[in-house]
Amino acid sequence: MSVSDKEMANSRRDTSRRFNYNLKKFYFPSVVILGSIILSLMIHGSGFKFALDFPFDISREIEGSIDVSIDWIVITFGDFFDAISDAIKVVLGKLRDLLLWTPWPIMMSLVFIIGWKIASLKIAIMSVTGLVVLAIVNLWEPTMVTVAIMIVAVFLSIIIGVPVGILAARSDSVDTGIRPVLDTMQTMPSFVYLVPGIMLFGLGNVAAIFATVLYALPPCIRLTNLGIRQVDASVVEAGRSFGSSNMQLLFKIQIPMAIPTIMAGINQTVMMALAMSTIAAMVGAGGLGIEVLRAMGQLREGEAVVAGCAIVILAVIIDRISQGYVEKQAS
Amino acid sequence: MTGKAEQVSHQIVIDNLWKVFGNNPSTALKPENLGKSRAELQSEFGQVVALRNVSFHVEKGETFVVMGLSGSGKSTLVRCLIRLIEATSGHIYVDSEDVTSLDEKALRDFRRTKVSMVFQNFGLLPHRNVMDNACYGLEIKGVSKYERYQKAQTMLDMVGLNGWESSKVSQLSGGMQQRVGLARAMAVEPEILLMDEPFSGLDPLIRRQMRSELAELQKEIRKTMVFITHDLDEAVAVGDRIAIMRDGEIIQMGTPEEIILNPVDDFVSEFTEDVSKDKVLNASSISVTPDLIWTCPSDLNKLKDHVSKVEARYVVFVNESGSYLGILMRDDIEQTGSTEELERKLGESPVSIKYSSNVKPAIARMADSETPIPVVDSDNIVLGVITQTSILTALAK
Repeated sequence: MSVSDKEMANSRRDTSRRFNYNLKKFYFPSVVILGSIILSLMIHGSGFKFALDFPFDISREIEGSIDVSIDWIVITFGDFFDAISDAIKVVLGKLRDLLLWTPWPIMMSLVFIIGWKIASLKIAIMSVTGLVVLAIVNLWEPTMVTVAIMIVAVFLSIIIGVPVGILAARSDSVDTGIRPVLDTMQTMPSFVYLVPGIMLFGLGNVAAIFATVLYALPPCIRLTNLGIRQVDASVVEAGRSFGSSNMQLLFKIQIPMAIPTIMAGINQTVMMALAMSTIAAMVGAGGLGIEVLRAMGQLREGEAVVAGCAIVILAVIIDRISQGYVEKQAS
Repeated sequence: MTGKAEQVSHQIVIDNLWKVFGNNPSTALKPENLGKSRAELQSEFGQVVALRNVSFHVEKGETFVVMGLSGSGKSTLVRCLIRLIEATSGHIYVDSEDVTSLDEKALRDFRRTKVSMVFQNFGLLPHRNVMDNACYGLEIKGVSKYERYQKAQTMLDMVGLNGWESSKVSQLSGGMQQRVGLARAMAVEPEILLMDEPFSGLDPLIRRQMRSELAELQKEIRKTMVFITHDLDEAVAVGDRIAIMRDGEIIQMGTPEEIILNPVDDFVSEFTEDVSKDKVLNASSISVTPDLIWTCPSDLNKLKDHVSKVEARYVVFVNESGSYLGILMRDDIEQTGSTEELERKLGESPVSIKYSSNVKPAIARMADSETPIPVVDSDNIVLGVITQTSILTALAK
C-alpha cells in the first residue's frame, strides 16, 4: 500500500514537473498573439489608413504585361499555332471517326483481348462489364469522343514528357530549373490553363487538348526523371565498365530498368487527363465532360451524376489495364 | 619504376597513383602535406585520401590480389584501373599504353576490348534473361546477334549454366548470378579480368566452391587478373601475388608465402594469424642448410673422419655435378663397412622433394622417420633439407 502511494506521489510530481515545463513553452506565443490582437484593435480604432490598406498595388501592371505578351505571341506565332491546331484537329477527327465507326461488339472484344493479354482475365472481364454499363446508359458515343481526346492528349504528353524527364535525369541543372515550373503547373488551378488555350487555338477541342496536356504533363516528366535516377547505380557502373556509350547506357540499361516507374507516370497522366475532361468541356471539348456540364446547366442532376460516373468507369478501366501491365512487367 | 622498358614487359603498371576525394584534392598532394596521415588530411582540409602513392605491376597471366578491409581503397583502386573513378594523379599503363590519358572514345574501346570487370553485387540487367546478360559486352561492341549468342553460349557452358539461358536473372541464386557475371566478363575475351570482391556476397560454402572453380578456370584461360578481396584465405587461394592495403596505401606486397611468413607489421600479422600456414608453405621456405654435403665417389674412411670431426648428424650425398644421390644418418655411416654397402644404402635412402611442392606430404613423412628430407630444384640439385626442427620453427613463427 505504502509502495503504491509512493509511486503515485512520484508520478504526480513527474506530471507536475512536465506540466510546468510545458507552460513555459507557451509564454512567447501567447505574448505574440495577445500583442497582435491589441495592436490590430488600436489600428482599427485610430483608422490609420497606411496600415489598413497595403500602400502599393502593381497587380494591374503585371496582369497587363501578361496580356500584352500573350497578345504578342498570338499575333507573332499565329500561323504556327494555326498549323498545330489544324494538325491536331485532323488527327483527332480521324481517331474519333474510327472509334465511333467501330461497332460496339468489336470494340468490346478488342478491349477484352487487350485487357486479358497485357493485364489479366479478371481485369478484362471487369473492363468489358464497365463498357457494357456505359453503353446501356446511352453514353457510348460521348465515351468514344472522350477516349479520342484522351488518346491525343496523352500521346502529346508522353512525347513531350518522357524526353524532358530523360533530360532532367541526365542533367542536374535541367532538373533544378524544371522543378519550380512543374510545381507551378501542378498547383495552378486547372481553369487557368483554359485561357491561353483559347487565346492560342480558339474555342474547341484543340484548346481543350492544350489545357489537358499542360495539366497532365508534370507526373510524366517527374516519374520519368525519378525512374531513371533510381536505376541501380551498380548496374549503370557495370554497363559503363563494358564500354557502353551514353546512348547505349540510356537505351539498353536506364530506360528499360525505369519502365515500371515511367509507366506509373503515364498512368498518372491518363488519370489527370480524364479528371480534366469536364473542365476542358468548358472550352468546347466534346464527350462525357460536355454531358456533365450540360446536365448541370439544365439542373438535371440525374443525368449529371450518370455522366460523372461514366468518367469514373472509364478511368477505372484505363487505370486497371495499365496498372496490370506494370505489375506483370515487374514480376 | 617508370622506365619505358619496364612498362613493356608488364601487362599492367600502376605508377604513383593517388586518389583524393573532396572539393580541393590538390591540397593533399602538396609537398608540405605529403607526410601527413589520412586522418590529419581529413580533419585539416576535409580531403579524403582513398589512394596514396600506389605503385605495382602485374605480369601477363598473373593473378594479382589486392587485399584490405573496407575503406582501405581497394575498390577505388580497381575502379581507377578502368577509370570508372578518375585518379587524382599518377599513371596507369596497360600494355604500355597510358590509360589515364585516353580520350573518351579510346577509353570506350579500351573497356570494350582489353578489360572486363566482375562486380561484388553482380551488376546484372534485371530486365534481360541470362543469355542476353552474358551477351551485353559483345552487344555493346556491335557483334552480330548470331556470333554473340555463340560466344556467350560457350562461356555459359564453361561456368556451368547450360540450360539456364532463357531464365530471368532474378530467378537465379547468388552463386549462379555471379556465374552469369563471370560469363559476361569472359565473353568479350578480354586480356585482363578485374574481380571486385566477386564472391563476397555469397554464402561461405558457395564462396569456397566458386573460388576453386575460378582457380581451375584460371589454369585453363590464363588471364591476367586483378582480384579484390577482404579475405586472406581467398587471397592465398587465388593469388600469385598479394598486395595488402591500409588507408589507401600498399603496406606489403609479395607472394602469399612471403606475406604469411614475414608479415611486415602487426596489422598484417593479425590478418595472417588465422590462415593455416601449411597452405602457403612450400618445401624451400622451411628447408635449412644441411649439416654436411658430401660429394661422391670418395674414400669411406675420409668420410667417417670428417663426419665425426664436424659432428654432422646426417650427410647428404651428391655427385660431382651436385645432383642428389641419397641421405644417411651418422649411425648408418659409421656402421657401413664398404663403398658398395654405402652405395646400396644410398639407393634405399629417402627420395627428395621439389622446392616448390607443398609441405604437407613432407610433414607427414617427418612424422614417420627422423631422417631429414632433401629439397632439390628442378635439375635435382640439392638446395637444403627439411628437418623436424625446421618444420616446427616455421609453423611456430
